[in-house]
Amino acid sequence: MTSAEPASAPSPYSDAAQRDVANHLGMWTLIATEILFFGGLFLAYCVYRGAYPAAFSAGSHRLDFWSGTVNTAVLLTSSLFMALGDAMIRVGRRRGLQVCVTLTAGLGVLFLAIKFSEYREMYAEHLVPGIRYGAAGPPQMQLFLFLYFVMTALHAVHMLVGIGLLGWLLTLNRRGRLSRDRRAPVSMVGLYWHFVDCVWVFLYPLLYLIPR
Amino acid sequence: MKANASQWAQLLVVYGALMGLLALTAGASFLPGGWWSTPVALAIATAKAFLIFYFFMRLRGQSGLVRIFAVAGFFWLAILLVLTSADYLTRLWAV
Repeated sequence: MTSAEPASAPSPYSDAAQRDVANHLGMWTLIATEILFFGGLFLAYCVYRGAYPAAFSAGSHRLDFWSGTVNTAVLLTSSLFMALGDAMIRVGRRRGLQVCVTLTAGLGVLFLAIKFSEYREMYAEHLVPGIRYGAAGPPQMQLFLFLYFVMTALHAVHMLVGIGLLGWLLTLNRRGRLSRDRRAPVSMVGLYWHFVDCVWVFLYPLLYLIPR
Repeated sequence: MKANASQWAQLLVVYGALMGLLALTAGASFLPGGWWSTPVALAIATAKAFLIFYFFMRLRGQSGLVRIFAVAGFFWLAILLVLTSADYLTRLWAV
C-alpha cells in the first residue's frame, strides 16, 4: 500500500483494504438512517394515498409532468458523471475527475433550478397548502400537495448538501489532495450523491405518475 | 488501461439502461391507467435503484458485510411499511 499519511499518525487499520471496508460500512450506515428518515414520509404517503386515492390522483395531475421527467433524466445523468469521476480517480486521472465532478455539480444546480421554477409556478397557481391555496377539487388534495412539498423540499436540501460536498471535492482535488491511493472522499461523496438520486427515482413515479 | 476502458463502457451501458427505464415509465403513464399502473411504475423504479446501487454505488465489488449494511436500511423500511399497512388495511372504517 502507498499511503501518503505521515508515519506518526497511528492508524486503527491493518491495511488500506480494511480501511476501505470501514469507510463503506460507515457510509452505508448513514444511508440506512437516511432511508428511514425519508421512510416516515413515504409511510405517510402510503397511508393517505390509500385513504384518498382520487384526491391524490387529482393532485398528481396538477404537477408538471415534464419538469419531473426532465429532472429525473438530469439526476440520472449527474449520477453517471459521478460514477465516471470515481472511475477516473481510480486510475489517477485528476483532471478527468475535476471535469466529471464539475458536470455532476452543474447538473445538480440545474435540477434545483427546474425544481424552483416548478415551486414558483405552483405558487402562482395557488397550489401551496397553508400558504397560498385556492384550487378546485377534493379538499384532501392538500394532503397530497403538502406531502409533495415536504418530500421534494427535503430532497432538495439533500441536493444542496451534495452540491456542497462536490465543491469540497473540487477544492481537495485542486490542492492535489486526491489521487489513486487517496480517493476515499470521492467514493464516499459518490455514495451520498447516488443515494439522493435513488430517493428521486422513487419520488418521481409516486408524485408525478399517479394514474387517473 | 484496457480494464478501465471496459469499466467506463459498462457505466455507459448502465446509464443507457437507466434512461431506457425512465422512457418506459414516462411512456407508460400516457396509457390509460389501471390497477397495474402503480405496481409497474414502482417495479421500474426498483429496477433503476438496483442498477444505481449495484453499479454506480459499486455494491458489485463489495464484500458480503457491506452488502448486508446496504440492504439493512430497506429491511427496516419494509418493517415500517408492512406493519403499519397491516394495521391500516385491516381497519377499513377509519384513517
